[in-house]
Amino acid sequence: MALSFVGNVQSCRLLEFQYISVISCFVLVMALQLRRLSLGLAKFQQARNASILTSLPETHELLRKTCRDFAEAELKPNAARFDKEHLYPKEQILKMGELGLMGIVVPEDFGGAGLDYLAYAVAIEEISRGCASAGVIMSAHNSLYLGPLLKYGNDQQKKDWVQPFAGGDKIGCFSLSEPGNGSDAGAASTTAVTSADGGWTLNGTKAWITNGYESEATVVFATTDKSLKHKGISAFVVPKPTPGLSLGKKEDKLGIRGSSTCNLIFEDCHIPKDNLLGKPGLGFKIAMSILDGGRIGIAAQALGIGQAALDCAVDYASKRKAFGQPITKLQSIQNKIADMALQLESARLLTWRAAALQDEGRAFIKEAAMAKLAASEAATFISHQAIQILGGMGYVSDMPAERHYRDARITEIYEGTSEIQRLVIAGNVLKEYGV
Amino acid sequence: MSLRILVGVKRVIDYAVKIRVKPDKSGVITEGVKHSMNPFDEIAIEEAVRMKEKKIAKEIVAFSCGPAQCQETLRTALAMGADRGIHVEVAGPQFDTLQPLHISKMLAQLAKDEQIDLIIVGKQAIDDDCNQTAQMTAALLDWPQATSASKIEAKDGSLQVVREIDGGLETIKVKLPTVVSADLRLNEPRYATLPNIMKAKKKPIKKLTPKDLGVDVSPRIEVVTVEEPPVRLAGAKVENVDMMVEKLKALGHA
Repeated sequence: MALSFVGNVQSCRLLEFQYISVISCFVLVMALQLRRLSLGLAKFQQARNASILTSLPETHELLRKTCRDFAEAELKPNAARFDKEHLYPKEQILKMGELGLMGIVVPEDFGGAGLDYLAYAVAIEEISRGCASAGVIMSAHNSLYLGPLLKYGNDQQKKDWVQPFAGGDKIGCFSLSEPGNGSDAGAASTTAVTSADGGWTLNGTKAWITNGYESEATVVFATTDKSLKHKGISAFVVPKPTPGLSLGKKEDKLGIRGSSTCNLIFEDCHIPKDNLLGKPGLGFKIAMSILDGGRIGIAAQALGIGQAALDCAVDYASKRKAFGQPITKLQSIQNKIADMALQLESARLLTWRAAALQDEGRAFIKEAAMAKLAASEAATFISHQAIQILGGMGYVSDMPAERHYRDARITEIYEGTSEIQRLVIAGNVLKEYGV
Repeated sequence: MSLRILVGVKRVIDYAVKIRVKPDKSGVITEGVKHSMNPFDEIAIEEAVRMKEKKIAKEIVAFSCGPAQCQETLRTALAMGADRGIHVEVAGPQFDTLQPLHISKMLAQLAKDEQIDLIIVGKQAIDDDCNQTAQMTAALLDWPQATSASKIEAKDGSLQVVREIDGGLETIKVKLPTVVSADLRLNEPRYATLPNIMKAKKKPIKKLTPKDLGVDVSPRIEVVTVEEPPVRLAGAKVENVDMMVEKLKALGHA
């Protein structure tokens, strides 16, 4: 095709015109080839996308099996104990680190497993199915601590703050919420004032910090310029322990009691200038973009809790006899099981879609918000119905149903409340309509 | 020592699944049921990988015979540390009548084709409980065998194996090449780590037919019927030991 084009042009008389035409023809041909290539690539990506509607790719299926086997053997038998005794599952987190789960999306150069976000979602679901606390510890560490450093850190910061934290022996945390603001993240009252040596001095309190106790570093958001409002917030990485940083008491939570939640109190806490993440004033944007990805992790955690509750309910219902037969034969129970399974499967598809979009580098904010909203509401619904199916047995600690109920509740609150998710979804939908 | 190890891995119904017999009593329901690698074979792969880590072995070849889904079992073996896989595809009704003798013949031929120094298999499969494959393979190859191994040590160019036998533990020395079958306490299999799962994708799996190995898989047995074990009946209570002895005598058990 290219040759015939050039052949036609060469019959022109003016030399310069001929020269320019040859070049422009060449460029046109190359452009057409590239377009064909990118269409083909888009088709390939579409094909890959379509295939997760029916089943996971082979690697992800193998990963899911490994995580499930691990969860069944190491987490499920211990989850009740972790919950009852408010125990951080240190040994299990170390083993998860050995498997590569504490640095799933970290590139292999920095000591991670180098997998994609779909793999991350699958892994968190299986781990959470065994123990919701282990799931949140893993999610907060991967999405909220490693996330900002991977996306906005420079090579030195990745070496210092990512590499040693990708193997499971050290974990990090994310400090955004304060006693005075959760959803209203732009009103950060923690301040960072520049000091003589170019570093910063932090003052303020951060609240509700998951992994607060066990973490050895934190990504913290503080106001560097109050006059710029939310554009005056910057992100920093702070080692723990460090002078000027103290921890509040561990919160006595309703659920996920294996993970520690506490205040981080900064009193004239000095950090060097190398610890600024990204640029001054970029903090709010960093926080929001990281939370978008974190939503997929929490959606996956909620799926795991929901699945565990559904498993418990179906198992019990198949064995419990009433009116002369297992209660699975009763329509009321079947209706509940159908509704539970439907909500779970719908939320799972949304979660996988959001993860797949993120892997393709496409916009995924709306889908991630939908996934988190759907999965967390599914988890609370399923665990509520699971207790109902178990009857009196659902109310006592002999069966895990009550623990799933308590664990599920927080998924509707942290990393963006359900109300915030609705705002995000509506905002994106309206933008799509152009209204 | 630089051994090339062949490990047989069988795809079986997962140990945790409740087995149900087909309504027509022709077999067990396998459609849609969770399958996984035979637990004893996982132990076999783990032992081979540990020998490679100790530099006793240089290459591990995983082998599985069965339908297309055996590829998943082979991928698990690769993710645990095997270097390459061989899948001999046998599907459908032919697969249902496969016997240890057929598998042993395949293992023997592969051992010759791939210049294998050590064959490790699980001592038995949890679906048929035969405990025959290792023994038959050794006989076909005229190799020594060390079955029900609970410990393997490489010493001076041969293997010292501790076997779990009815009377206790027996330690034997076997010359290479040899066939070993893995027992429960040989080791605790590792989880496939994420980096290894990624690497497993790139490892090759060679596909062969039974004919390629010169093995005839026509059935040597015919399954007449498969039935559930009898339902356990209620027992009877007696007042004291004398009455129990009397009752046992009456039932013909004493």
